[in-house]
Amino acid sequence: MLLEIDAKGLHYRPLNEKIRAAVQDGVAEIELYNINGQRYIGAGLSSKVRINIHGVPGNDLGVFMDGPRIVVRGNAQDGIGNTMNDGLIVVHGDAGDVLGYAMRGGRMFVRGKVGFRVGIHMKEYRDQVPAIVVGETAGNFLGEYMAGGVLVVLGLNRRPGEPLAGQYLGTGMHGGVMYLRGGVDEYTLGKEVKVFNLEDGDEAVLEPLLRAYAGYFGCRYEEIRQEPFVKLLPVSHRPYGRLYAV
Amino acid sequence: MNELMREGNIRIPSGCAVSAILNVKGRRINGEAITSSITCMHERSNGLGGGFAGYGIYPEFAGHYAIHLLYESEQAKIDVDAYLQRVFDIDRAEPIPTRTVTAITDTPLLWRYFATPKRDCVMQCSIPDEHEFVARTVMKINTRFSGAFVVSSGKNMGVFKGVGYPEDIARFYRLEDYEGYLWTAHGRFPTNTPGWWGGAHPFNLLDWSVVHNGEVSSYGINKRYLEMFRYRLELQTDTEVIAYLFDLLHRRHGLPLPLVCRVLASPFWRDIDRMPEEERALYTALRQVYAPALVNGPFSIIVSHSRGMIGLNDRIKLRPLVAARKGDFVLMASEESAMRNIMGDLDEVWAVHAGEPLIVDLEGGAVQ
Repeated sequence: MLLEIDAKGLHYRPLNEKIRAAVQDGVAEIELYNINGQRYIGAGLSSKVRINIHGVPGNDLGVFMDGPRIVVRGNAQDGIGNTMNDGLIVVHGDAGDVLGYAMRGGRMFVRGKVGFRVGIHMKEYRDQVPAIVVGETAGNFLGEYMAGGVLVVLGLNRRPGEPLAGQYLGTGMHGGVMYLRGGVDEYTLGKEVKVFNLEDGDEAVLEPLLRAYAGYFGCRYEEIRQEPFVKLLPVSHRPYGRLYAV
Repeated sequence: MNELMREGNIRIPSGCAVSAILNVKGRRINGEAITSSITCMHERSNGLGGGFAGYGIYPEFAGHYAIHLLYESEQAKIDVDAYLQRVFDIDRAEPIPTRTVTAITDTPLLWRYFATPKRDCVMQCSIPDEHEFVARTVMKINTRFSGAFVVSSGKNMGVFKGVGYPEDIARFYRLEDYEGYLWTAHGRFPTNTPGWWGGAHPFNLLDWSVVHNGEVSSYGINKRYLEMFRYRLELQTDTEVIAYLFDLLHRRHGLPLPLVCRVLASPFWRDIDRMPEEERALYTALRQVYAPALVNGPFSIIVSHSRGMIGLNDRIKLRPLVAARKGDFVLMASEESAMRNIMGDLDEVWAVHAGEPLIVDLEGGAVQ
């Protein structure tokens, strides 16, 4: 069953009520047209519904969601995938700040650039491991206070000299892993992380994510692999454990 | 008082909204455009403040100072009228046109004066300069005349603000009756200070207007510093310091605008240490000389003036700010959707980086 909604001028409350009602009625796919700034789309939904968004959805897209698959045909704003538990978000454009805030499961793919504090306080528990793949570049504080999960930045389409990620990379990070295509300047690293080469076992995580990225955005996997990756790991699981102890 | 009590009793997790649109060729557009932009971000405000600044809106009085005043009593108006008549030649004084809007209540008296300072009064000023004289007049009215506050004091521009959601404020002030080449807008969500008419944004002095999302943690230091230069901070809202800092550093001290921005959001010492020698010397000197003008705390601001506009974030970008271009228009806003609500498709969209100003000037430097 397919539902189409023209959201032009529609406030987020009636829009999200319509979406929730449709999901309850067993609608499997929803096409949203003329979206511009409506917040909380997909909030808390726990079905496997597919939502295709034409336009720029508002902040907190997919907040608390637990299963849906959302595709954005445009840019996304701030706070997408906030505390998301399961599902998929694919953005065919750029996305803003605090993407994947406290994300605890599911996958997110952004074709272009992302803003500041992406992956802040992502976490994982046993087989519940969230992942974010960014096609181009990321702003400062990438993976800030990251406690688990996987962050991948590809740095595609960069201008000469343009850094892959901003400063204070991995500040406060104490769990999870970041894979960065090409290198990063030591100066840009937070105090709590170090750069390592890939080891056995990394490919099992990285390759499926890169193949998925190539599939969603129609680029070649082999091209992505032409440049080697490094990984960033935290040096301590409790970087601030003694902050108030002395 | 009602508003103050309500403010403490509800909590809506949100933040202020800012938006701006500039036609770089100086072509004027109707005030409806900026209204549509700020309305798109309704959730970022809580109804305790909304406002707009328009540039190019008074072409018939382009050479006059357009002084917008807010009076809390008839007596305040009588006193200020008498004072203004002594020091200004007033070519027109009239109530600012408004319409009745149910949501807008407790409205003060709102007047505007198109005036030029009397020459002999300017010459008697310790700094005999027209702008300086008008700036001091503004400080004097705000400080010495109980219940009177200057809302704006630039030429061929005006600020329209009050307590309410920005879309209601726009209808109240009949913004659709104005055409300007540069508009800024603000939807307020006050957290630390009361929502009152004078505390709504934009904040203005002379040519400068500021809309701000965030809070100025360094308000106390900035205020004391500005007071040494005869600024008087009477409006109970932190954003006031930003407007006066731009006035002090650019108009009075002659710092170029990019450097003014670097004073307010200075590079970190660890980044200054890595600069080439000449640059390092410059930024070291700026930080040393202007330490009390550093604005700390989370902010995204849009500063507008008759020749263009500036977008600036705090140094670690704790508030959002995006920019876009479409033909002759440059836009900035807290959210991309607010820019698309005016323009539909955009030629280019980008995020304004932490601490790095986006400075947009009119082509040719001024309205032709």
